[in-house]
Amino acid sequence: MKKRLLGRTVVLLSSLLLLTNTTYAQETEEIVLDSGNIAWMLTSSALVLMMTAPGLALFYGGLVRKKNILSVMMQCVFLMGMMTVVWGVCGYSFAFGGENPYVGNFDHLFLKGVMPSAELSMDASVDGMIFAVFQGMFFIITPALICGAFAERMKFSTMCVYSLLWGIFVYCPIAHWVWADSGWLCEWNEKASFPALDFAGGTVVHISSGMSALVCSILIGKRLGFGQEPMPPHNLTYTCIGAALLWVGWFGFNAGSALAANALAVNAFVATHMAAAAGVVAWSVAEWIQHGRPSVLGGCSGAVAGLVCITPAAGAVNPMQGILLGLAAGYVCFLACTKLKNTFGYDDSLDAFGVHGVGGTLGALLVGVFATKDITGERYGWLEGNAWQMVNQSVSILAAAALGIVGSFIILKVLDAVMGLRVTQDEELQGLDLTQHGEEGYIFL
Amino acid sequence: MQKIEAIIRHYKLEDVKAALTEKNIVGMTVCEVRGFGRQRGHKEQYRGAEYTVDFLPKLKLEIVVDDSVVQDAISAITEAAKTGRVGDGKIFVSPVAEVIRIRTGESGAEAI
Repeated sequence: MKKRLLGRTVVLLSSLLLLTNTTYAQETEEIVLDSGNIAWMLTSSALVLMMTAPGLALFYGGLVRKKNILSVMMQCVFLMGMMTVVWGVCGYSFAFGGENPYVGNFDHLFLKGVMPSAELSMDASVDGMIFAVFQGMFFIITPALICGAFAERMKFSTMCVYSLLWGIFVYCPIAHWVWADSGWLCEWNEKASFPALDFAGGTVVHISSGMSALVCSILIGKRLGFGQEPMPPHNLTYTCIGAALLWVGWFGFNAGSALAANALAVNAFVATHMAAAAGVVAWSVAEWIQHGRPSVLGGCSGAVAGLVCITPAAGAVNPMQGILLGLAAGYVCFLACTKLKNTFGYDDSLDAFGVHGVGGTLGALLVGVFATKDITGERYGWLEGNAWQMVNQSVSILAAAALGIVGSFIILKVLDAVMGLRVTQDEELQGLDLTQHGEEGYIFL
Repeated sequence: MQKIEAIIRHYKLEDVKAALTEKNIVGMTVCEVRGFGRQRGHKEQYRGAEYTVDFLPKLKLEIVVDDSVVQDAISAITEAAKTGRVGDGKIFVSPVAEVIRIRTGESGAEAI
């Protein structure tokens, strides 16, 4: 099986920490961190950061009313700041430290054993540092995705505390289960109870955030006037630019998850692109048939839906299967955002659940169906005869969804009692830009 | 002197401007406005949520002319801005007490 760089990193670090005499070269003989790999991983990390801002900031910013555009942008930008610091201080350690199948530990607090130090030379720190910073970008965007659910009404202060606690108590454990070598859902952990395929974050990023988004939208409640007064997106031009930036950034997200500039990265890149493209087509055509014309917002949403769906699968399916995933995601997420939401009447303002929760779940299931030995080398899916993989996938989906839902529920209930979740009615009517940040998005004179 | 305010469709601006220029009426102020009359609004859909948009985008142009050319101006605008469909807009005419050119201090018809 194609071991990922991550696996070796921990082996290397622990051996160094135990002060064994093994040298860097011997431990990592199969992975050469040459300049090509380093360059690709640094580029990928930057691309993933770009997804949060300007990508998501513009995508979400255009979808809210104009009195709230800055609030959404600030949520994205502030999370880039806060979550990065938290990641360095403790998040990385909680996600990737230790050998326990369920939780990380305190080994790498303050990036101890990761960044260069007296015990760890500059050269030896390279793969640990790259992995930590690349994963750190995921730690930023995942809570930022949830912002779509409570946009236009949540108190900024509460949003910050919620994201902080959510990162530590929901994101880090799920990342540990799925991506730490000892995780109970980890694909390459031979002792894993349910080794699930999640190449770039179907469960860790999209199901966790999407399910949490649903809880947020229900617990925080509907926006004032929801369903009675129009709340159309105020600038779909921004949304379109944001979607395009997300698409480009996603190459770093998915192809970067190969953790090297290799054949797996190439396949992930192409499959990702195909899925996004198919998503655009599926959502647009569905809308065309249903409503008589294809909308720009539909096309953009379709691209994101396709990208979400291919995320867990980019390293396990080929590009043509990527098209199938993209088509499925475009149509299913279209139904989730147009039908499901209206039926149940929750106010998931920007469809964080409809796209990420639903699309992520679909992707995590479909990778269990389509995963092919041609790409993974070892693990394969239902179509190639391994029906048991569907069980692994289902368990990973349920586990990530459960922690997302329960974790968010508890955090929000506590914060509601301690500091309140929503701005006041008056503040909500005036808009969050003015009342939370004292600024306006558009000043003409 | 009369002020003519005309609410017109966006894409008729160039036609109206040309028609007015042809009658030697030069100078105008244009702004983007939103509103509705008999045309009412239209429906927009965003991810399945349907909104009736009552306030439609239009252009409002303002010109001030001497009493003698008011009828010319009105007919030029009417002809150029007309499509025959609901939503072509309206023209309002009202008297203007005084016009002053800031640069020279001229007033009255000379300042138009």
